[in-house]
Parts: sequence; C-alpha cells; structure tokens
Amino acid sequence: MSAHTHVEGGLPHEPEKATLEGRNKVLGFWLFLGGETVLFGTLFAAFLALRDQVLDGPTPDHLFDLKLVAAATAILLTSSLTSVFAIQAMHQHKVKALINWLIVTVVLGACFLGLEIYEFYHYVHEGHGFTTSAFSSSFYTLVGFHGAHVLFGILWITLLIIQLARKGLTVVTAPKTYVAGMYWHFIDVVWVFIFTVVYLMGKVV
Amino acid sequence: MAHAHAHGHAVKRYSGIMDWLTTVDHKKIGILYLIAGGFFFLVGGLEAILIRVQLWKPQNDFVGADTYNELLTMHGTTMIFLAAMPLLFALMNAVVPLQIGARDVAFPFVNSLGFWTFLFGGLLLNVSWIIGDVPDAGWTSYAPLAGTTYSDDHGMDYYVLGLQIAGIGTLIGGINFLVTIINMRAPGMTFMRMPLFTWTAFITSALILFAFPALTVGLAALMFDRLFDANFFDPAAGGNAVLWEHIFWIFGHPEVYILILPAFGVISEVISTFSRKRLFGYSSMVFATILIGFLGFMVWAHHMFTAGLGPVANALFSIATMLIAVPTGIKIFNWLFTMWGGSIKFTAANLFAVGFIPTFVMGGVTGVMLAAAPADFQYHDSYFVVAHFHYVIVGGLILGIFAGLHYWWPKMFGRTLNEGLGKLTFWTFFIGFHLTFFVQHFLGLMGMPRRIWQYLDGMGFNEMNMISTIGAFLMGFGTIFFIINVVVTAVKPKNAANDPWEDGRTLEWTIPSPPPEYNFAQTPLVRGYDAYWKEKMDGHSGMTPAEPIGPIHMPSPSILPFFMGLGFFIAGFGFMYAPDWGHFLGTDLTNGHALGIFGLAIVLICMLLRSVIDDHGFHIEEEEILKDLGGKA
Repeated sequence: MSAHTHVEGGLPHEPEKATLEGRNKVLGFWLFLGGETVLFGTLFAAFLALRDQVLDGPTPDHLFDLKLVAAATAILLTSSLTSVFAIQAMHQHKVKALINWLIVTVVLGACFLGLEIYEFYHYVHEGHGFTTSAFSSSFYTLVGFHGAHVLFGILWITLLIIQLARKGLTVVTAPKTYVAGMYWHFIDVVWVFIFTVVYLMGKVV
Repeated sequence: MAHAHAHGHAVKRYSGIMDWLTTVDHKKIGILYLIAGGFFFLVGGLEAILIRVQLWKPQNDFVGADTYNELLTMHGTTMIFLAAMPLLFALMNAVVPLQIGARDVAFPFVNSLGFWTFLFGGLLLNVSWIIGDVPDAGWTSYAPLAGTTYSDDHGMDYYVLGLQIAGIGTLIGGINFLVTIINMRAPGMTFMRMPLFTWTAFITSALILFAFPALTVGLAALMFDRLFDANFFDPAAGGNAVLWEHIFWIFGHPEVYILILPAFGVISEVISTFSRKRLFGYSSMVFATILIGFLGFMVWAHHMFTAGLGPVANALFSIATMLIAVPTGIKIFNWLFTMWGGSIKFTAANLFAVGFIPTFVMGGVTGVMLAAAPADFQYHDSYFVVAHFHYVIVGGLILGIFAGLHYWWPKMFGRTLNEGLGKLTFWTFFIGFHLTFFVQHFLGLMGMPRRIWQYLDGMGFNEMNMISTIGAFLMGFGTIFFIINVVVTAVKPKNAANDPWEDGRTLEWTIPSPPPEYNFAQTPLVRGYDAYWKEKMDGHSGMTPAEPIGPIHMPSPSILPFFMGLGFFIAGFGFMYAPDWGHFLGTDLTNGHALGIFGLAIVLICMLLRSVIDDHGFHIEEEEILKDLGGKA
C-alpha cells in the first residue's frame, strides 16, 4: 500500500522499513515481544514461588554444573552478536554475508540447544524428572519454554536463509529477517535472566 | 509490496461460503465475530436461564448438583471469553479502521487467523457438552479443585485447551489493533483527534497484550499438571494453589477492563451523536481511559482478600481498587455533561446508552463497597458479589454492546434496525436485568452463598429468587425481540444512507453503508476532532480527500487461517485423549500423542506456506472505484 516503489535494483538503506507492510511488521513484532515479556515474567514468578519445593529430589546447588551452563551462555550470547553482524550486512545490502552470518547464528543456536538437551538428559538421570517436585516442574517449564523458543528460532531462521538464497534481499524478505533478529535477541535476553535467576541464584544456598 | 508484479496479478475473488472462509476484509471478519459471538451469547444465555429455573424455588431438583456446576462454569466461561470478547471484536473490526480513515487493518491475514482460532477454541470448549465431560470447577478454575484429584474426567481439559486456543486468537487480535491504530491513521488523524471508541479499542488492545500471556502461562501450567503430572498447583508435591489465584487474577482483573473499556467508548460515541454535542471533556476521557487501563493491573489481589495475604497487602490493594472509582467517575460526569443542554434524541441506541449510566454507577458503587477489605470478608462468596459483577458486565458491557449494535448496524449491513422493536428490546431487557440482579444484592447481604445448587425453605430467600428468575426470562424475551428485529430488518431493502442518523460526527459516516471493500475511495484529510462534524459545520458536504483517485492495493483472501484454527482444534483433542489411546506404532515417543502432533503439524505447515508464498495481493482499478462512486452519488 506504499505510495511509490524504490528505483529498480536500488534498495533503501533500511529495507525493512521501506514499505508500510514492513513498518507494520516491525512494530507488531515489538509489541509481540512485549507480550512475550509478560509470558516469561509469569514463568519466572511461578519458578521463584516454587523453587524451594524440592521434596526428595536433588537440590539446585547439587544439581547445576555452572561450567556447562556458562559454556551454553557464552555460545548463545555470541550467536546474538553474529545476528547483529547479519543485520549490519543486510543494511549494507551484502546478501552473501547476511546469509553466512545467519548460518553461523543458527549453528550456534543448535549448539546451545544440544547442550541444553544433554543437560536435561543428565538431570533426569540424577533423579530430577519433570514430575519429581514443584521445583522440577517449574524449572523444566521455564527453561523448556526458552528452549522451545530457541528451537522455533532455529527453524524460522533456517527457513529465512533458504528464502534469502532463492529470492534475494527485497523489501519483502528484509522485514522478515529483521524481526527474526529481534526475536533472537529477545530469547538471548531471557536466557541472561534464566542464567541469573535459575542457575546463579540456585547456587546460593 | 512488490507493485511491479502486483498489476495484472490474477487473484481469485471467491464468492459464497468460500468468500466467508477465506476473507481477510475487516468488515466481513467483524460480521463473522458478530455471528459467532452472538451464537455463544445465546448458548451462555440458555445456560443462565437453566440456572435460574433451578433456583426459582427452594430445594428444586430441576437439574442435578453436577449438572448445575457444569452450567455455572460454562455460563461464566462462555459469556466472558466466547460471547463478550468476540462481540467487542465484532464492533472493533467493523468500526475502528473506518474511524481512523484506514482501508484495512495492519495485518488482515492475522485478523482472520484471530477469528478462526477463537472460533475453534470456543467450539472445542463446547464440544464437552456433546462428549459429556463438562468443565465444572467454576470459570475461575481454582486449584486444587481443577486438578486431577477432584476433577478426574476430561472436563477441565476442555477448559484449559479450549481457552488456550481461543486466547491465541484474542492476543494476536490485540496486537493487530494496536499496530493498526498506531500506523494506519489517515493524514491529520492525530492521537488526540481519534474518536473515543478508537481510543478505548486501543487501550483495550494494550491490556489484552499484557494480560493474556499470563493466562497462557496459567493454563499451560494447569494443563501440565493435568496431562503430564506436573506439580505447579498440587500442595502434596510442593505446589502452591494460591499461585493459580495470583496468575489467574493478574490476567483476570485486566480482563474486566478489557471488556468494559470498549463499552465506555461506544457509550461516548452514541451519547455524543444523539445529544448533537461534542463529547464533554474529550481529553479527560482519554486520560481516564489510560488511567483505568494502568490501574487495572494494580488491583488483582482484591479478588483474594480472604486468601490470607495479610493486612498490608489487603490495605494496598484495597486503596488501589478504590482509586479506579476516580477516573470512572470522571467518565460518568462527562457523559452527563455531554447530554446537558444537548438536543437529545432517544433512539433505541441512545436508550441503551442512557440506561447504561445509572446501571453502571450502581455496579461501581458495589465495587467500591467490595474494595473495602474488612467488609469484603462479609460479602465474599455471597450473591452480593454475583449482583456486583453482573451489574458491571451485563449492565455495563452488554448494554454498551446493544447500544453499539443498534448504532452501527446500518453501517455494518446497510439496513437500519427497526426502532420500535429496538425500544421494546431495551425496555424488556433493561427491566428484566434489574429484576434479576437488584434483588441479588439483598440475597447476598442476607447470607445466600454463590455457586450453590439448592437452598432451604424458610431462609427468607424464596420470593427474591423467584423475582430473579422472572427477570431472567424477561432478559431472554428481550434477546428474542432483538433476534426478531434482526430478521425483520434483514428482509428489508438495503437503503441506509451514508449518515443514517444524520448527526454522524466521525469518519465512518462519510462513506457508503455498508462501505465498499476498500472503505475510502480517497483517503480523507482530517482537520480536527469529530472530523465529519467539523466539515459539516464549515459548510462542506464531505471530507477533503488527501490523495487523487487511483488503483487501490488489496490483500489476497486465504484459507490458511481456517486450517490453522482446525489444526489447533485437532491438536487440542489429540493431547487431551492421548493417555486413552495408548502407544502409536509401538514407540514410547509418540505415546498416544500422534493426533496432537498431527494437529500441530497442520498449524506449522500453514505457517510455512504463509512464509514461503509471497502475497502480492491485487489492485482494485480506478474504473471500478469511479463506477462505485457514480452509483452512490
């Protein structure tokens, strides 16, 4: 519905905001992340209310291995940086660099997810199952919701990489890439809170 | 969008049933919301009548205690989530884009998706009646009553999954309206020139955005407890039942403002139009709306005064609750001052609006009474509370919806509702409403508890319960008169003028009734608050256009939202009955979840298709627009 189109072959500097559809998408996604904040806020609140109810299961300070979690954190934070490089490449209209940085982001996200799956597998063998206690239920729900968001992000960005490779960078693909970047930063921020509230505070006896 | 490709792009324009299943036009989606919300309103109303029949005399055994609990739960849940909210979305869809001079909402596809997920969620909830396992733990679904220990059939599963699916639709609908109002306003339509209904739709959408995710988490946690043996709300395993109350009411209290604010907006429009006066104190109305929205998040624990949070928490939430009376009072006085000195026309729409004012004040006064925490220990769980919330929801919201429907019906359908039948609807419904609920204040003060199936003779409850039941039937008759009105109107010629009330003040009355697919042939230039009235006062017959006539780009219709709703419906069923179906293909991983995974796969595949296939839309050409203009001029 935008009044005029760009000169053929020349994308504007911020192609994600070149059309009304693009601007709508970016604003709508900011608002969606506002709702997501309440969603995770509620999950954090439930976790904080129930984290001391370990019953017969292992306690958090016994359970958590900070080295593993720190590695996962470093990987995820790095992936946020590489997604910034991707968006920078997009603003410079370097499609190839954009795709490559997105691939690095997805690979790092997959590594994070692999570590998380290994971590959960390890915990279950330690006697910390989903149904063990209120602590375990709220732990797996909070961290699992985040993990599911990472999984969805990996699938989403992979799909975008394919689209970018086939359709190139246009005023249609640019907003999609931009909001995927916003999403990736958001799940990164949530992880920072999980690392602090779940893991670091879990180590404080 | 890629305009170069869009010209001459052949897009199917469906007709008949396929048109309704695939439409992304906000006006048609508004009508779909009206039909679906109206249907659920009748279902919820029938449940209410059955409740009142059971209570009309002491120790009646018209329905059993179990059935009574089911009727009570489904009445509340249906009315709030499946009747009131969709009816509001019907008005918001029909009116908001027109009031801001937009050709459509920001996300037409998402708009359609919101409708279909709501509908399939509502259907899933109501399929419980056919299966026979009906939710019966009250619309608030308190733990541990709603847990597997006390609700061991699938009833509460229908509640958690049906509401979860319907809630997705509401949330994305809220985001859609926020972006529409922020980004799609016509030139000159500044925020402080927006009609009040649009303002209330805006604030309500913001409340939806920040309140519904809490419900999402609450329902997910309850679902995990019920289906996967989690321990969120099970005290025996360290869970916390009060946690459910907090999560539910952090959503639930904003929810009542989500419901009432658009009704405030409707009343503001109707009273202003039929008083032939500018809305008194417009900017204070906007400010009061924002303030109510903000305070709405600060008061949830007033639903939990007797849960034992302690005197400090109770005192704070008590004061915060009473504060809401201030902005609400501002609104009441503004409506009265709008009418003061106006040349008032008592049309059916205006009767509903004027009847709203004293009724809502009564609901507000009992609200302040309940906000006093020590007194609440007496009122709690009595019929006094039932009377209070029906005064604000039926006496507030439903009267507002009726006012809005009578007011905007010609704009939605091109036919004006019969005034005589409209007034009959009002008087029957209004008198019936007060008969039903006024006496319930006193039943509550005399000690009749809510949510009971029977009461004993000789308690002094008999007469008032009978009056209440008679009132409920009158409300039923009022609703039937409305349906007769709709049918009578539907067979009349489609001849409503652009401005059928002749005193229209806002942009929706500058275009044909019903508007063409593209709403505005030329985007209007807005020169002040009450944009159309300002032009009238300056001696102009219509709006000044902000652009020349040219081809208009439209989004393509799509069947995907319908299938995504269906996918969620199938998934809900699948997960609910997974334990009963055993292993699939002998693997532990699926463990009966094959159908649930299949349903989610439908949703994900639809999302994939939506992402991969670019929607170029199509153009309505200049000739077609000129032909429309010629025909109407």
